[in-house]
Amino acid sequence: MLSLIGKRLLQLIPTVFFVSVIIFSLQQLLPGDPALIMAGEEKDPEVIEQIRKQYRLDQPVPVQYLYWMKGVLSGDLGESMRIKVPVADLVMEKLPVTLQLATMAMIIALVIGVGLGVVSAVKQGRAIDYAVNVFGLIGISTPNFWLGIMMIFFFAVHLGWLPASGYVSPFDDFWASMKTTIMPAFVLGNSIAGVLMRHTRSAMLQAMSSDYVRTARAKGLSEKVVIIKHAMRNALTPIITLGALEFGTLLSGAVLTEQIFTIPGFGKLIVDAVFNRDYAVVQGVVLVTATTYIVLNLLADIGYILVNPRLRG
Amino acid sequence: MTAVPVNAVQSVPDAIESPGRRAWRRLKARKSALFGLVVIVLLVIMAVFAPQIAPYDPIKQSWTLVRKAPSAAYWFGTDEVGRDLLSRIIFGARASLSAGVISVGIAILAGVPLGLLAGYAGGWVDGVIGRLTDAMLAVPFLILAIALAAFLGPSLGNAMIAIGVTATPIFVRLTRGQTLSVKNEDYVEAARAVGNPPIRIAVRHILPNILPALMVQATLTIATAIIAEASLSFLGLGQQPPLPSWGSMLNSAQRFLSNAPWMAVWPGLAIFITVISFNLLGDGLRDALDPRSK
Repeated sequence: MLSLIGKRLLQLIPTVFFVSVIIFSLQQLLPGDPALIMAGEEKDPEVIEQIRKQYRLDQPVPVQYLYWMKGVLSGDLGESMRIKVPVADLVMEKLPVTLQLATMAMIIALVIGVGLGVVSAVKQGRAIDYAVNVFGLIGISTPNFWLGIMMIFFFAVHLGWLPASGYVSPFDDFWASMKTTIMPAFVLGNSIAGVLMRHTRSAMLQAMSSDYVRTARAKGLSEKVVIIKHAMRNALTPIITLGALEFGTLLSGAVLTEQIFTIPGFGKLIVDAVFNRDYAVVQGVVLVTATTYIVLNLLADIGYILVNPRLRG
Repeated sequence: MTAVPVNAVQSVPDAIESPGRRAWRRLKARKSALFGLVVIVLLVIMAVFAPQIAPYDPIKQSWTLVRKAPSAAYWFGTDEVGRDLLSRIIFGARASLSAGVISVGIAILAGVPLGLLAGYAGGWVDGVIGRLTDAMLAVPFLILAIALAAFLGPSLGNAMIAIGVTATPIFVRLTRGQTLSVKNEDYVEAARAVGNPPIRIAVRHILPNILPALMVQATLTIATAIIAEASLSFLGLGQQPPLPSWGSMLNSAQRFLSNAPWMAVWPGLAIFITVISFNLLGDGLRDALDPRSK
């Protein structure tokens, strides 16, 4: 088992290297003189010269990369051109907000996705199975920013039950925080509930046609016990791994969701940075999301090895 | 519909269906997939003949028509500068559909050769391509697309490139996996044995066999790409004003939710219908092209 995990860790090194190359290369895409573009409104030649020095733009690209990487490894993601704050600080400030949103979304998605997936597998071929499948298809086909806008119209503008935008930290006022985050969390959760539902359904169908379920039925256990204790337990293991992977989708989805609900998280940070041409911030956000995703992916793999007795050496 | 039993000897040659014909027959039997296909065809017609179909000029502003609710003259109502929403939805199909098709085209053109190379060559080539794919997949789809579009500069063309590049690893992985699974089949071995060069084997013998899987993935990825284009346009990184796109229409609609909610309804509905049609067709194609299913 340890050698499996070790092998997995080794495989990570080139992946992380390529991620850093991709993110660094983004700035090579800027048309024209990068120093001039990074300076933005600033046209002072001295400032431009300083940027050129700071990012070593006068040196060959591989050298620039090495300096950039050296900074990243010591936690220096550069500085925001716009507000002159280290990117790392900005990211750390916004990350908890998005993590709260993503965690709530994940809980909602698991309840809806796994719940409906199990129901539809148990009632395979019946009307409810069909209805759940249609619901899943509608879920994955609805652009979640549109769903967000329609929910704001209905629950905030029309009914006035929930605030249309804004964010309160749960440490300041728990209920106010729930009120500001429940709609965005639902919208975000909806984007992966359909995927989770489809996978749960097929995993459950497979488990229910297996020998151990037949044995459990044959020895006279009630259908409820068979489904909950035997089929579900086996079917849900891969779903937990999938859930970890779908976390990346949640981070993606948070970009638009936070934009619509004006939530000061990670997604809003990258969008504002794009509008302000604050390229170092864009790179920083991409780097942190990619790292988060890689770590989650690794944890999911390790978790899978741990819970799967066949892989335990 | 009766399937031909595998072990039955077919003496009548015209009873053997070509794979394409069989797939079409199976696809037709699936109502939902057929529905998706019909809607897509209608949308394409709408996009191509937009100037003939649209009742008004989609970019003509009128200060006397600002934010009018849907009426007999303006079926979908008008927007914040008095433009006809129905005409803008019709013209907006051009941005969405072309973005969906072109970005997936880019992803296929880049991803399929890389996947064939990785799967067929193996060794360190496979290792490098594999890790590069892992790296791209490690950055969440929309975040990578936004970053690319931001650095390339805001335009519909750049949004297509950004989405296409972001979707490339999907096709690399798929092609590689499929190539590995057919690489040691007898017919590929035979082609190799008679001295065909690798490129000919890849194009003539491997590619046709992985085409069905590619078609399914392409259809489903178009759905994802259309949502991605709408998202980028919503953020101002896609189609630039005054040209209409469904994403940017939703963006301006958000500011007028309390007094002109219809502005938000139509573009979202248009995206939804287009995306669900591609998803239905993709699901149907998967069933129809699966040689194991009947």
